[in-house]
Amino acid sequence: MNYHTYSRKTSFSFSYIMLALVIVFLFIPLFVVVFFSFNSTRGMRWEGASLIWYEQLIFNSPSLWTAFKNSLIIALSSSITATAIGSLAAVGIKWYRFRGRSYITTVSYLPMVLPEVIIGISMLIFFSAVRIRLGMFTIFVAHTTFNLPFVFMMVSARLDEFDYSTVEAARDLGANERQTLTKVIIPSIIPAVLSGFLMCITMSLEDFVITFFVSGPGSGTLPLYVYSMIRYGVSPVINALSFVMILGTMVIAFTFRKFLKTVAASS
Amino acid sequence: MKKFLKPHEREHILGTVYGWPMGLWFTLFFTVPLGIIILYSFLKRGLYGGVEWEFSLTAYRQMFNPSFGKVVLRTLWISILSTFICIFLAIPCGYAMAKSKHQTFLLFLIIIPFWTNSLIRVYAWISILSTEGFINNLLIRMGIINQGLKLIYNNGAVVLVLIYMYLPFAILPLFTTIDKFDFSLLDAAHDLGATKLEAIVKVMFPNIRSGLSTAFIFTFIPIFGAYAVPLLVGGKDSTMIGNIIVDQVSKTRNWPLASAFSMVLTLISLVGVFWMLYNGKREQHLQKKTTQQTLEHNIKSHHTHRGKA
Repeated sequence: MNYHTYSRKTSFSFSYIMLALVIVFLFIPLFVVVFFSFNSTRGMRWEGASLIWYEQLIFNSPSLWTAFKNSLIIALSSSITATAIGSLAAVGIKWYRFRGRSYITTVSYLPMVLPEVIIGISMLIFFSAVRIRLGMFTIFVAHTTFNLPFVFMMVSARLDEFDYSTVEAARDLGANERQTLTKVIIPSIIPAVLSGFLMCITMSLEDFVITFFVSGPGSGTLPLYVYSMIRYGVSPVINALSFVMILGTMVIAFTFRKFLKTVAASS
Repeated sequence: MKKFLKPHEREHILGTVYGWPMGLWFTLFFTVPLGIIILYSFLKRGLYGGVEWEFSLTAYRQMFNPSFGKVVLRTLWISILSTFICIFLAIPCGYAMAKSKHQTFLLFLIIIPFWTNSLIRVYAWISILSTEGFINNLLIRMGIINQGLKLIYNNGAVVLVLIYMYLPFAILPLFTTIDKFDFSLLDAAHDLGATKLEAIVKVMFPNIRSGLSTAFIFTFIPIFGAYAVPLLVGGKDSTMIGNIIVDQVSKTRNWPLASAFSMVLTLISLVGVFWMLYNGKREQHLQKKTTQQTLEHNIKSHHTHRGKA
């Protein structure tokens, strides 16, 4: 018996130590960046506390704010489109048999698993083949495309738990198709739709690689702006921006906290 | 007046109305672009970018150029090494998280860095590793070195940052499957005389196969197609396939070659995905198998029996 408790204890602590180390590893870079955002000089050498880089970020970075505005427009428009189309498709594919059903299901998983470079390059080549000018519209299309699978998957997962007899009951009680949709189906899948939507927003704000390919002059998003700044070297304004973005991520993750397990299961 | 429809016709129309908007979207913006890539990889390159409409296998032949071969080999070892380190780190993490009482909090801790903008995370590593960066400054201040070490712009930095970026992709699916795993099986294995490690390898691993393969695929595929990380923290000798593709499109303007490399990436990813799906199905199948169930049942009853005694 002694041997049992002993061996259980060691491996228990082994996995916990590993987890603790990994969490430290994941957070160290973030802490370093946030810490130096309060530095009074440019370098990575602590010279005293100041808020000068936050001042720069807020009052002296107009192009950053344009990029942020672009990011917001793209994130909202693509997430709304993806959520609407993706949720509808999840309903259709779960409950109805129709031509092309298996094609749509298969093709909806692929953008999620192919490397981002492939999605970006194929879209770039496609847009230039059909002569669509790169800009906000092409970014919108690309973001909707990579967001759709996530909405589709999350809503489908919710529908798996949904009791179809409630739909039949509504029909028996005289509801037409539109009423069934708005009064029965939508209210019961709304949590999944909302978490899909939030997921889209985060992914859209986050994306760099695909946007990099399909953006044109003047349509840069926030990640593209950060990229162009990184290429010029370390700038404390990015440190300040990082802190703001990490805070934003924490707020989103916190509002999401009830869905975190679903997110973990689907990513 | 409403037209009377037979049930299957109604179903067909509704399904089409609900499902095909997404179907059309993916056809137009995913299937067709991918088709164009496949087509282009078999065409001749145009003089100033683009393609000439003439069948050719030149692009595939060019891929065997030794300078590209080197990049392909490098991409392979970098991705395999980083993927295995990720999974090696992720298994105990997923295990500890699944056993913990504070799952939501731990998930929160894993997800925050994961959701933080990827470029910000790469930037953080640049500011830590660079010659004027955090580590070098610290070491110089402490008097351990007097000249900055070269920690960045090499393959080591690429592997380190890739592990950092994709570790959560390995932790999350492993956590999800280990969380569903019946831990009493481990106790049963114990009671039957297995050591902790034996129990984990022989009893837990076969039961979390689908999680392991998902973790492997979701780490390996994005690393294999990595573009930004080797570009930003890698040196001249750290380019990966993703970088070749982009260079061929934007600089060299050899679209067929870029398409051919994209095809290779796509095929490898698809093989991985089907392997993952196969493992998932196999696990479901195994769970249905009666022998497996009786075995589990036996082990469990043995355990409860001993527990009572």
